[in-house]
Amino acid sequence: MFEGFEGGRMSAAFMSAGTSSFTEFLREVKPDLLPGQHLGSGGAVKAEHLTPDATTIVALTFPGGVLLAGDRRATQGNVIANRDMDKLFRTDEFSAVAIAGSAGIGIELAKLYQVELEHYEKLEGRSLSLEGKANKLAQMVRGNLGMAMQGFVVIPLLVGFDENTEQGRVFSYDAVGGRYEEHRYYSVGSGSVYARGSVKKLYRDDLDETTAIRVALEALYDAADDDSATGGPDLHRKIFPLVDVITEDGHRRISTDEVARLATEVVEGRAADPDGPKARLS
Amino acid sequence: MSMPFYVAPEQQMKDKADYARKGIARGRSAVVLQYEGGILLVADNMSRTLHKISELYDRIGFAAVGRYPEFENLRLMGVRFADVRGYQFDRRDVSGRQLANIYAQTLGTVFSESLKPWEVEIVVAEVGDTAAEDEIYRITFDGSIVDEQGFVAVGGSSEHVSNQLKDRFAADAPLSAALNAATHALAHENGEERELEAGNLEVAILERSRQHRKFRRIHGSRLTSLIEEGKRGTAATAAETASDSGDGNGTGDADEADK
Repeated sequence: MFEGFEGGRMSAAFMSAGTSSFTEFLREVKPDLLPGQHLGSGGAVKAEHLTPDATTIVALTFPGGVLLAGDRRATQGNVIANRDMDKLFRTDEFSAVAIAGSAGIGIELAKLYQVELEHYEKLEGRSLSLEGKANKLAQMVRGNLGMAMQGFVVIPLLVGFDENTEQGRVFSYDAVGGRYEEHRYYSVGSGSVYARGSVKKLYRDDLDETTAIRVALEALYDAADDDSATGGPDLHRKIFPLVDVITEDGHRRISTDEVARLATEVVEGRAADPDGPKARLS
Repeated sequence: MSMPFYVAPEQQMKDKADYARKGIARGRSAVVLQYEGGILLVADNMSRTLHKISELYDRIGFAAVGRYPEFENLRLMGVRFADVRGYQFDRRDVSGRQLANIYAQTLGTVFSESLKPWEVEIVVAEVGDTAAEDEIYRITFDGSIVDEQGFVAVGGSSEHVSNQLKDRFAADAPLSAALNAATHALAHENGEERELEAGNLEVAILERSRQHRKFRRIHGSRLTSLIEEGKRGTAATAAETASDSGDGNGTGDADEADK
């Protein structure tokens, strides 16, 4: 009737004091559900186009919070696989993760990470610290190293509101699970070099939330401008970037209307000046 | 070598049930009831860290009384089951009914196969999109499962608490009034009358209108102010009743004291 339920009794693993990590628990009772387990280790397979690639993500902090913004395009080689993909994941009340790289694995990883945080919170009666959350994600990326060696690289970007220090923080990762805290802003994905340059020129320490969103949208526009794998705002199809904001009030996705309004402003601004806002030299 | 005594199965079951009931009766009760915004869970619990109430999944809460290590085991099992299932399929595919069934089967097996039954009684509550879709299940130590309507009390003198609650229960009551009704019922457990304060209570809600996860604990100043609000509300109602009928506080306290 239910998995793991034998002879009217849950298998022992469900009842034992055991671990408060969902991933470890899953490895014990249902290892086949872990991300990428089914892909085996066939090194000779030409694997790069098995799953679409997800691209540019921008994160930036502002006083009292942090935001995460992502374009919507997924590509398979030079084909657009999906135009309205969601690469941002609310992982708990005070954190969110975005993924760049192999979409299929990345989505699984983000979903597992979300359950992982929740599972810990429910079993322990308290959430992990933001550092703890960041380290947990590093372990999971490290767990994907075998897959990364076959070409299924997943690079997450974690943002969170640290309730201890009452500020937004950004953590970036590399393919082997290296964890780096970024100050102020960061970007990952194929268009990230352009996005990062763009944010660098527009970023101020005293941005308010709306202006911070505007900066992120300008950066995504610049990434889409120069990187074919990043999608810009699609005014005809009404597909706009997604923006998540985390403050002391928790996680909030900015409404489509609000993003549409700001994105349209950005596009109109670019109609007058294709290279966008200029940084002051003095 | 001594011969084992023969004990009739009926007697064995009866003994086990008596044992479990006595164990549960040693602890304080818990109540789960609907209010206008969802489902309210209240337990008489001095501890701030050993919870009797907890979240199982997005829309599903858990309340338990009896032996802590035993219901804690059940709670872990429920969270793990729900998380595996939600991860494997979809978050909407985890239901209170499944969890209640699993608990019932587990407790039933323990009751019939082990020498010592588990001294626990639990409630699984799931908040729906509308009040009509709310589900409240009560599962007892022997694995019996009952689908309750509106409200339920578990614990040693659950029948008594339940009767107290019946008089004041209204599915569309505001949170403070529902909390007041629950507190009143718990305070009159075992025919005694106590004053329950915020420090004695563990309170949580499954809030229908909330996004994502509906479970939320209520403690600290919010709990204190809700209790105060509930008291004022009851006082106002009592005054109204008094002026309407000329009969003192129509809360049923007097009736209970007579018994």
